[in-house]
Amino acid sequence: MSNVVEVNQLTKAYGSVTAVDKVTFSIEENKIYGLLGRNGAGKTTIMHMITAQLFQTSGELKVFGEAPYENKHVLSKICFIKESQKYPNAFTIKNVLDVAATLFPNWDQQYAESLMEDFRLPSNRRIKRLSRGMLSSVGIIIGLASRAPLTIFDEPYLGLDAVARSLFYDRLIEDYAEHPRTIVLSTHLIDEVNKILEHVLVIDNGKLLINEDADVLRGSAMTVTGLATKVEAFTAGKTVIDKTPLGGFHSAIVMGKLEAKDINQAEELELELSPVSLQQLIVHLTGGKSKDKVVGF
Amino acid sequence: MKSLIDDNRPIFMQIAEKIEDDIINGGLLEESQVPSTNQFASFYQINPATAAKGVNLLVDQGILYKKRGIGMFVVKGAREKLMEKRKDQFFEEYVSKMIREAKKLGITSEELMEMIKKGER
Repeated sequence: MSNVVEVNQLTKAYGSVTAVDKVTFSIEENKIYGLLGRNGAGKTTIMHMITAQLFQTSGELKVFGEAPYENKHVLSKICFIKESQKYPNAFTIKNVLDVAATLFPNWDQQYAESLMEDFRLPSNRRIKRLSRGMLSSVGIIIGLASRAPLTIFDEPYLGLDAVARSLFYDRLIEDYAEHPRTIVLSTHLIDEVNKILEHVLVIDNGKLLINEDADVLRGSAMTVTGLATKVEAFTAGKTVIDKTPLGGFHSAIVMGKLEAKDINQAEELELELSPVSLQQLIVHLTGGKSKDKVVGF
Repeated sequence: MKSLIDDNRPIFMQIAEKIEDDIINGGLLEESQVPSTNQFASFYQINPATAAKGVNLLVDQGILYKKRGIGMFVVKGAREKLMEKRKDQFFEEYVSKMIREAKKLGITSEELMEMIKKGER
């Protein structure tokens, strides 16, 4: 499978602050990626470099096999929907979509119009008079109707209500199924999007913490609860990412797939095992203060 | 109402289990067509590639087969095969666990048999 984005030791420094620190990953064609991490982790900086809006300090970056800067051939294949994207105030929604139609070679006008109805957008209203949620809907419609081979959504739903977000996920899956393309979703709403994602990249403190298939991550950690001494015995030699004592009881989160013998051992020790969701897992992995964590899967 | 997909376990396994359930309870008859991966994807709001992985798991296990250009179908004899598999799982997941818990509570085999009979009524 060919790679749409290849990033090697990519670094972006602002003076003494390293926003993105030697990040290496690739994005394969026609998959849906989740770019996750806390505020200020470096997600948006990475997206800005991929879309040629920022120069890297060092490292290599290839998009569709070429350097993206002032490269029309590459940039015409990218649609980047930013958080709080600005549009000219005097434009109507229709004007904005007309401009978008000229920018993206795969633009589908009919689809854009049906999305406008779905999101209940008044096409003749001026940008100045739109609510925050409506502006976000405009971005989502452009992102979907552009059908760009690489479509990036950076927190696209500021001010969007739950109905509109759910509509976005529905339309995204439907349209992706019919017109496969590479999609990158950057978001904090991990619980909402995680079922859509095929691959997950987690950035923490400018470093790449996780680069893994989403289904491998699901069920890759377990919570073990029971008597403190027994939890200690069970977790010996295993990777423990979180521990919470509660009186004589302990609750620990253990990484890695449990074998049948582990499950038997847990039962003998009268420990309770419960799965950890993707969101919980990421919260635990990126929640601490530690700057150099190593995670192996 | 079907329970929806959770994100605690690999989703492709959950899709495979849902198809298995439908075959066992007669919702999907042998030799009938299984919904397409895109239908699964939009119904459960999941990634189509993940849905396809679940379907392919059952193809590998000889539960589903592909008719080229048409779609996926349930193999003849799939239901019986699944029932056998589920009976083994039932023993592992329920019976062994129940016996272990019974021992912990000092319930004898006779008492356990009584309870099962009571539960059947």
